[in-house]
Amino acid sequence: MFPVNYVRAKSLKHAVEQLAANPDAKLLAGGMTLLPTLKQRLARPSHLIDIGALRALRAIKRSRDKLSIGAGVRHYEVAASALVREAIPALAYLAGQIGDPQVRNLGTIGGSVANNDPAADYPAAVLGLAATILTNRRRIKAQDYFQGMFATALEDGEIITRIVFPLPKKAAYEKFRHPASGYAMTAVFVAVTGRGVRVAVTGAGPGVFRWTKAERALGKHLAPEAVEKLSVDAQAMNEDMHASREYRANLVNVMTRRAVAKL
Amino acid sequence: MAKIRLTVNGVTHTREVEDRTLLVDLIRDGLGLTGTHIGCDTTQCGCCTIHMNGRAVKSCTVLAAQANGAEIVTIEGMAKDGRLHPVQQAFTDCHALQCGFCTPGMIMAVAGLLKDNPHPSDEEIYRGLEGNLCRCTGYINIVKAVKQAAGQEHS
Repeated sequence: MFPVNYVRAKSLKHAVEQLAANPDAKLLAGGMTLLPTLKQRLARPSHLIDIGALRALRAIKRSRDKLSIGAGVRHYEVAASALVREAIPALAYLAGQIGDPQVRNLGTIGGSVANNDPAADYPAAVLGLAATILTNRRRIKAQDYFQGMFATALEDGEIITRIVFPLPKKAAYEKFRHPASGYAMTAVFVAVTGRGVRVAVTGAGPGVFRWTKAERALGKHLAPEAVEKLSVDAQAMNEDMHASREYRANLVNVMTRRAVAKL
Repeated sequence: MAKIRLTVNGVTHTREVEDRTLLVDLIRDGLGLTGTHIGCDTTQCGCCTIHMNGRAVKSCTVLAAQANGAEIVTIEGMAKDGRLHPVQQAFTDCHALQCGFCTPGMIMAVAGLLKDNPHPSDEEIYRGLEGNLCRCTGYINIVKAVKQAAGQEHS
């Protein structure tokens, strides 16, 4: 790792000031992606502004129709939270599928959403549930937030503070895990909401996306058979040493059907 | 440089470290507690697993500065009053190791698993040990040891 200056933020305001004062600074929360990136010398920030210990970012709250999760909440906390398990069980399940136990003990929801890895789990739930991302400056709708591989609507100096999920009628998440890394080779979050069915796919394409053809079909007939003959364009999927485009396109269909069957 | 203060196995230490120092390097080189191993150094193998504020974490992927003020337990802190921790005893009884390199991290991960889930099913044991790699045993005896330790007193 290159030399770096570590600063533990005392408050959100302090973190914002530190980011403004140091243009090459990076925020550090759980560090489960950032620290391996630094160890491989793939990034060279001047400062690490540690927001992982900020109490203000650690609360989970529920209102009548919304669940709000602080950006600094750890994956294990979401997986184990009685509030989350009761309000959106599929979200608690998703959090318990991330990485491994040690990673879940440190990794945060805000970090995952800020990083927007194309194979990360949380983006599927955030887009699938039409969540809102709250930052120190504004509210961003999920559909405007995710902008492709590792790209988001976040501006310099902007910090995610909470993610607010509208409660669905029902939801389910199905993931084909990479057996070594635990990342999604392809995973699908299906949500039945007051405004129709939403299907969000992660791991398959360059970024999380909605499979609108399946949403329309499931809106008419909420059953696995409804999507059986539908397909996504394989040319738009990712290809790597683990799976071809065609294989991932097929997984989108299979994972969607499994998720619908679980609703 | 960062001045940090942390409690390791009940003893409070104050150290001056480089900001980029990894917690595992502080534990091994700074405090001389070499039971915590560095296997892959890439957050995959789990050999460096320790407990930080009661949770199992991979100390190769935590900065020492992040652990400022934390309560750390390493493998050296598991035995109490000359008696092995139940997970250590179970690994001994079940011969849950061959070369032993992964064992300290494996024991810390199992202790973390049993704290959350005192009676895990086979499936939950497999899932609970996903963050730890053993290249010798094939895991059969490790799973046996987890079952022996399950439900016993854990400190």
